[in-house]
Amino acid sequence: MATVERVLGKSIKRREDPRFITGRGTYVDDVKLPGTTFAVFVRSPHAHARIKKIDTAAALKHPGVVAIFTGKDMTGVNSLPCGWLLPGLKVPPHMPLASDAARCAGDPVAIVIAETHDAAEDAAEKVKVTWEVLPAVSDTAKATAKGAPQIHEVAPSNEAFTWQIGDAAAVDTAFRGAARVVKKKIVNQRLVANPMEPRACLASYDQANGDLTLWVTSQNPHVHRLLMAAFVLGIPEHKVRVIAPDVGGGFGSKIFLYNEETICSWATKQIKRPVRWTSTRREAFLTDAHGRDHVTEAEMAFDAQGKIVGLRVKTIAAMGAYLSTFAPAVPTYLYATLLNGVYTIPAIHAHVTGVFTNTTPVDAYRGAGRPEAAYLLERMIEAGAAALKLDVADIRKKNFIPKFDNGFQTQVALSYDSGDYGRAFDRLLEMVNYRKFRGEQEAARKQGRLLGIGFSTYIEACSIAPSKVVGSLGAQAGLYESGKVRVHPTGGVTVYTGSHSHGQGHETTFSQLVADELGVPMESVEIVHGDTGAIPFGMGTYGSRSGAVGGTAILMSLQKIKEKGKKIAAHLLEASPSDIEYTGGQFQVKGFPGKAVPFGQVALTAYVPHNYPEGLEPGLEETSFYDPSNFCFPFGAHACVVEVDRDTGQVKIVRYLAVDDVGNVMNPMIVDGMVHGGIAQGVGQALCEGAVYDDGQLVTGSMMDYAMPKADMLPMYETDRTVTPTPVNPLGVKGAGETGTIAATPAVMNAVVDALAPLGIDHIETMPLTAGRVWTIMKSAKR
Amino acid sequence: MYPAAFEYHAPTSVKDALKLLGKLKDSKLLAGGHSLIPMMKLRLAQPKHVIDLGKVKGLTGIKEDKGAFVVGAMTTHWDVESSKALKAKVPVVSETAAVIGDPAVRNKGTIGGSLAHADPAADMPATAIALGFEFVCEGAKGKRTVKADDWFKGLMETAIKANEVLTTIRIPMLPAGSGACYMKFPHPASRFAIVGVCAAVTIDKKTGNCTKVGVGVTGAGTKAVRAKGVEAALLGKKLDAATIEAAAQKAADGVDVQADLQGSVEYKAHLCRVFARRALEAALKRAQG
Amino acid sequence: MKLPVKMTINGQSVSHEVEPRLLLVHYIRETVGLTGTHVGCDTSQCGACTILMDGKAVKACTFFAVQCDGVKITTIEGLAKNGELHPIQQGFWEKHGLQCGFCTPGMILAAHQILERYPKPTEDQIRHQLEGNLCRCTGYHNIVKAIQWAAENMAGKK
Repeated sequence: MATVERVLGKSIKRREDPRFITGRGTYVDDVKLPGTTFAVFVRSPHAHARIKKIDTAAALKHPGVVAIFTGKDMTGVNSLPCGWLLPGLKVPPHMPLASDAARCAGDPVAIVIAETHDAAEDAAEKVKVTWEVLPAVSDTAKATAKGAPQIHEVAPSNEAFTWQIGDAAAVDTAFRGAARVVKKKIVNQRLVANPMEPRACLASYDQANGDLTLWVTSQNPHVHRLLMAAFVLGIPEHKVRVIAPDVGGGFGSKIFLYNEETICSWATKQIKRPVRWTSTRREAFLTDAHGRDHVTEAEMAFDAQGKIVGLRVKTIAAMGAYLSTFAPAVPTYLYATLLNGVYTIPAIHAHVTGVFTNTTPVDAYRGAGRPEAAYLLERMIEAGAAALKLDVADIRKKNFIPKFDNGFQTQVALSYDSGDYGRAFDRLLEMVNYRKFRGEQEAARKQGRLLGIGFSTYIEACSIAPSKVVGSLGAQAGLYESGKVRVHPTGGVTVYTGSHSHGQGHETTFSQLVADELGVPMESVEIVHGDTGAIPFGMGTYGSRSGAVGGTAILMSLQKIKEKGKKIAAHLLEASPSDIEYTGGQFQVKGFPGKAVPFGQVALTAYVPHNYPEGLEPGLEETSFYDPSNFCFPFGAHACVVEVDRDTGQVKIVRYLAVDDVGNVMNPMIVDGMVHGGIAQGVGQALCEGAVYDDGQLVTGSMMDYAMPKADMLPMYETDRTVTPTPVNPLGVKGAGETGTIAATPAVMNAVVDALAPLGIDHIETMPLTAGRVWTIMKSAKR
Repeated sequence: MYPAAFEYHAPTSVKDALKLLGKLKDSKLLAGGHSLIPMMKLRLAQPKHVIDLGKVKGLTGIKEDKGAFVVGAMTTHWDVESSKALKAKVPVVSETAAVIGDPAVRNKGTIGGSLAHADPAADMPATAIALGFEFVCEGAKGKRTVKADDWFKGLMETAIKANEVLTTIRIPMLPAGSGACYMKFPHPASRFAIVGVCAAVTIDKKTGNCTKVGVGVTGAGTKAVRAKGVEAALLGKKLDAATIEAAAQKAADGVDVQADLQGSVEYKAHLCRVFARRALEAALKRAQG
Repeated sequence: MKLPVKMTINGQSVSHEVEPRLLLVHYIRETVGLTGTHVGCDTSQCGACTILMDGKAVKACTFFAVQCDGVKITTIEGLAKNGELHPIQQGFWEKHGLQCGFCTPGMILAAHQILERYPKPTEDQIRHQLEGNLCRCTGYHNIVKAIQWAAENMAGKK
């Protein structure tokens, strides 16, 4: 009897690493095709300008140029679609190549295709565009002000949508009876995702059979194919193959259908040669969807003991110049529905206005709406603690939703799955040694040192998402996931998953799942992702959904495989299928391990069906599509200890601690890695990142100006976990990818506010907290 | 990301480099390339000719010569950072080199290239001024030496002439009883100096007075400058926390402070004062140590 | 006008005629065909293009190929010897020092120089010496652990 050691839940080393550590990954820019041409885009330098004329004559004469196309050439092509339509949403045209006007700096107006990169770059400089510069608005808060330049015909005041959720009347009543109301302005600044690999595509049209193959840096190749083929270019889906090979990070920015791959896919058909485009980092800053960019007025009402009685939120959210693929969902359904947080809040109302500005379009960036919600709640509860002179840990404990295993209905539509918020927080306080810290802080304060601690107890909606629910809310897509399991005659297993790994390690975690379920060695399992030619339709990876949704789809197929295997084994063992159990890699008669057939034999029999059940099809391969019945809700508690340099305002992170509950853990090492990376991004938002526009020009347009955390800015993280399995999926997995990003920003900001409390500071409106900003805050403080 | 086309020349002697400089219109000298090449990649610089000094003999090396170090202009920041001789006798120069850019940049970027480029936020200019580096330029008509006070003329503008090559930098050793320190407040993204101050002091053993002081300030303005006010407030005095604090108040004088996303004019001027104080305190400690 | 250039990459001699403006990183990736060295930015910040040139870690994006006549280069592909991973590569694998893998070749070669110069580096030294290498995935925690693992495993193995 073969026993294979159980591997799910263990920190198994990653199977994908060997190729990455030896430089043998295949990223899009590594793919080589003979005859490839190179594309450079001519882009608007202006934030808002009418296109009067595009003169390509001189550029066309440049040696090595193969073709130049403008918007006028791209006939029969539709707008890049918006995949989430809110009621009343103004949907302006969004042509891949603008031909009437450019609406943000970086808007592409022409594609120059040449034999070499150099020639394309040189020729692009010769394209002469005659612009009529128009006034531009880039300030989110000012987008709908009277007199602001109108960006789109369909949106007279630059308003893309207004939306609300919750009970305004109940909130009004609650506020009237409240002992204390805290009102704050909160700016959640615009960010640039900046995965280390810039976006890239290679589009190749095969004249002989009319097939288009597109390699693209995508988190969801099927979505790319569907949107581009069906909605924009009008090509039948089955003639398009989209391959997202190794992709160097995404964080949301590689979800969306962009102009560039669409234009290249169109162009390759025109010139009948492959067309490659690889973004420069400058282009990435200018054209990758940006994140966040909310301006909020928040009010939290408390009773005299510090219990929250109501929350009122008014947010203006930037959409940018156009509606990116999922943009309207981010500041609405992914944000306001999380405003219940981990607290009991009897009355909540949120009103959101989406606005157009002459800036890069804004869409999901790691956390996508949930960081904005968590930041608001965590800032407000600590502001409330300051106002009520309560300890920030105590006020949270007073307000946590008590432990529950199966359902908690929030005031904002969502029903949480399972939670034990107090337990995670208690563990965190233990790790911090909280009372001791407050003692140390007091001593430090006596010496004039500015030492502070900040907490963040967060929750997020992951395992995105139940299709019918999101459909009723305006999503133009389902959010299920596919998983096909193919057992080969000789017993090896190939899994085709609609999930995509661009750093998440699915080749490892999914094979751990398969290995345990089938009792086979991990080495005999192959995970295939990223190719629409091989994989059934899937929605891809974002929203911390791959473990929960992708994993469950695979599990469902594995169970179907085992059920079929039982029928085959029953036949071989001359027993009834209901008497067969699958354990330790073999099918056996229940209670009789000696009466068994190994998995391998069943597999071979399926494909050589000589001694075989009547009426049962040969083969051993199953496909499943899993549509989750609910979101899943990871949660946790983070703490950050900072010291502020009085002279310079520099914030130093002294300690960073995290307790996260992602439900069951498939691979602790990988989950911890997700937390670490997210923390760095959350810290980045708090301390050094920020996409800044000045009169329509992106001032922070390179890595020389836009500061991302480097190794010397961060400490070793102290992490632990609690495990509260979700009842939503059979794996009990909630999702882990976005935890750190959501939790860290408020933890850091709260720590700085706490550090500056002796100066009378109880709130900071804006981020990042560069040293200069902190110093200015200190200088204008009351004490 | 793709520079404009140019013609490449790799002379093997200063004489040949000078000939090329004289002959070729619209040319740039290429030293370590870590200021020029990034500019060319963004097409902010599009010289028709690039004259690579990488193969020119005799432009590298650190030698001692009569109370000074003679450093070849093409000596890399890493060689300056790791030089045992410099660390022993003028450690502040190695200390300054050690915070330029990052380790990979320091392996190729050169002391001469950086000082000739004179980025307003570069580190070494502050130390060059504080210590009184001397710049030896060679032209068709021969060599001339320019003092640090005459070297930094304006925004990325130095005293070097169009047809000259900076060949050598003379770094005077400090007299006995001296201490120097370079301190910077780095830009979180680029790691250039938002503010950088180099302070060098010499304390007379008998009197305890400061007999020599040099303070250079970089980063905040359009060029690195000598903090004359600070120096005047310290020269001849006994240095302690109070005198240093008072002198440091003048650190932003003469600096045309530029505001940007990292801070207001007020903040950056304040940083000049803070880092002047810190650099002076450290320099004093080293002088006394 | 193209110029001849000859260098040694991973022990192999390569020579081509190249345009002066061809960046070394593009020479390595496209002319020579070694795509393990990556391009992550255009301002020499990110370090994804880090290689070893005559033993020192440098950013291949900030050189013209024509400057590099006669140099010896090691790219990530040349680090493992006879199919045996270098301890630094092994350390990154053991300690989960990578997620998407894009910054990894540059990180590993930067780490190579760190351990050569500081065989017993402190955590501070490691973090400081990684100033020229950006990672967006790992938060650096496991990269530091990977380099510490390599340091321990390389001690006494000269």
